[in-house]
Amino acid sequence: MNANNDQYVLQTRNLSVYYGDFKAVTDVNINIPRNKITAIIGPSGCGKSTLLRAFNRMNELVPGSRVEGEVLFNGQNLYAKDVDPVEVRHRIGMVFQKPNPFPKSIYENVAWGARIHGYRGNMDELVERCLVQAALWDEVKDILHRSGLALSGGQQQRLCIARAIAVQPEVILMDEPASALDPIATLKIEELMQELKKSYTIVIVTHNMQQAARVSDYTAMMMLVDEHSRSGTVIEFDETHKIFTRPSDKRTEDYVTGRFG
Amino acid sequence: MSRPNIFEDNLPTRQKTASVWQLIFLSATVVGIIFLSTLLINILNSSFGYVALEARVPPETLAVNGVPLEELPKEELVRLLQEHLSSGAFNKLENEKPFEKRSRSEVYDLVISRIVKYKVVESWNLFESLFRADEIRARVAEEFPEAELRFMSWLTVDTIRRPQSSEALLAGMRTAILGSLWTIVITIIVAFPLGVSAAIYLEEYAQDNWINRLIRTNINNLAGVPSIIYGMLGLAIFVRSLEKLTSGAVFGLVDPTTANGRTILSAALTLALLILPLIIINAQEAIRAVPQSLRRASLGLGATKWQTVWWHVLPNALPGILTGTILAVSRAIGETAPLVVVGASTAITFDPTSPFSKFTTLPIQIYQWTARPQGEWRHLAAAAIIVLLTLLLTLNATAILLRNRFTKRF
Ligand SMILES: Nc1ncnc2c1ncn2[C@@H]1O[C@H](COP(=O)(O)OP(=O)(O)OP(=O)(O)O)[C@@H](O)[C@H]1O
Ligand SMILES: [Mg+2]
Repeated sequence: MNANNDQYVLQTRNLSVYYGDFKAVTDVNINIPRNKITAIIGPSGCGKSTLLRAFNRMNELVPGSRVEGEVLFNGQNLYAKDVDPVEVRHRIGMVFQKPNPFPKSIYENVAWGARIHGYRGNMDELVERCLVQAALWDEVKDILHRSGLALSGGQQQRLCIARAIAVQPEVILMDEPASALDPIATLKIEELMQELKKSYTIVIVTHNMQQAARVSDYTAMMMLVDEHSRSGTVIEFDETHKIFTRPSDKRTEDYVTGRFG
Repeated sequence: MSRPNIFEDNLPTRQKTASVWQLIFLSATVVGIIFLSTLLINILNSSFGYVALEARVPPETLAVNGVPLEELPKEELVRLLQEHLSSGAFNKLENEKPFEKRSRSEVYDLVISRIVKYKVVESWNLFESLFRADEIRARVAEEFPEAELRFMSWLTVDTIRRPQSSEALLAGMRTAILGSLWTIVITIIVAFPLGVSAAIYLEEYAQDNWINRLIRTNINNLAGVPSIIYGMLGLAIFVRSLEKLTSGAVFGLVDPTTANGRTILSAALTLALLILPLIIINAQEAIRAVPQSLRRASLGLGATKWQTVWWHVLPNALPGILTGTILAVSRAIGETAPLVVVGASTAITFDPTSPFSKFTTLPIQIYQWTARPQGEWRHLAAAAIIVLLTLLLTLNATAILLRNRFTKRF
């Protein structure tokens, strides 16, 4: 593995994703750098979620889906025959658009993942550390044994982030994590991501241009391949400030300045 | 301020339609309640009432030295039996169960049944007994001067405790109750894990291909197959083909009283087969109702499929699975036809002691009793129905308690 590879956690090589016969994502070639926040933006239906799910093989849960090409994780193809998707999802965690805590206590929500992976350390410490990292500790430290579902939407989403980092992944994939939240809760999550990128690589799908511009270091711009197809691809991938100030693709410029469509 | 009205003014009509429908729904409920109450009242009506009894040998004549029959010690009762029965009949009793081993009340019952031989000459229902008592008394005095008129509850601790007998007055339901309990417990033990496992496989693991779709459709069809067909299946498979197993022969348990494969085990397996589709369908439904986001959350953490199913899907589906199982088991408890085919014994007087015993169950017993011509058996059947209903209620209550315990506390 050369130095160049080391800099990137995830690399895609001609990645295409299919749902049955329908090619939802076509030929994506991007390199996602380590300990940075990468945003995926683009119009609805262009395949952002699909691409994101291909990064930890969650797309396999959809019957009939398959991929072509490669996703390299630290240089190793995630879709190689001998790779266990369970292990992949352990190393590359996911936070979903709608908060989905387990119908269990707050404590259990965080501890469960670590426990099934055979965590050997002190569970109480781990739970506290993850909740602190997810900026939720102060709000829940006295109600750890209450149901995770009894929290507000924003708190639930942070609980899901705490749950994701409890299994110590290298990458956290977030699919519009703040779309169901109010501006204050959104701001909390954004601050949290800045904190998290010290230890994790974050890939986030967002519809919110300001959010992408505010939080991300790199941005992948997705678009349908052309007007006639429903298949999406990454048309531009660069540092965020370049995408938002001097995009090289006309379509990107139209989209980020709101002139799209 | 006049805006053109583009709607017709139909609120009164709509309200009227609404109240008509409400009335229809209410009437449906009332009709249902009336049917149910009629059923219950009918059963209660038959379970109590006057009976006119005639004794072949009046018990007063059996007093020994002024001690009335009811107070005689066991030895005296045995002596009475020896006196009044032929030696052949007496020895037969001794062979069935030596008199030393019989309790006093058992021997007393024998005296009543073999010597006194009460006969029900006429019996009345509860309402007749309550409202036409004088008429009844007059009639008995006139038509059956020898007879003794008694108000009787056919449902007593004694009728529940006594084994089956050929005399209505001495017959009890113990054999049938124990038979029902044995059968249903084994049925649950077999059908519940099988059904839930199959449902887990079909919902969580099976791919959506034509084989699995075929299986699913067929399970739904199986749930609608008449139960008698299951009886025939049970007869062919469990009673005949697997006789070695169901009779206990493979375990070296050759009980001379077992009727080949016609055992509790065969009955329970047949019932298990019968309710398996119901359990599978209900469990599938419950598993499907667990939100997909929960599975994704779990799998996204790197949990295996099995961990996801065990820790998240099953606990959340359990209340639904239990409800479905209750329904299925309730059905099994009440089944009669398949058990008749499998070979329920009708007149066994000894308790089932193992899965390889001969059996009878409450519904079978009820069916048998109601089919007899003499009126007194119908009273006994009504009492047995009350017991069966109570058994069902208890079972359902237990299951509801269980379900509430498991229902997510969050
Ligand atoms: N489970 C699925 N089965 C079949 N087709 C799907 C499935 N999920 C998504 N698609 C299709 O794939 C394409 C991309 O969908 P995707 O959800 O990735 O879009 P997106 O960019 O995330 O959109 P949005 O911004 O609205 O979330 C769409 O045309 C969609 O209809
Ligand atoms: Mg999406």
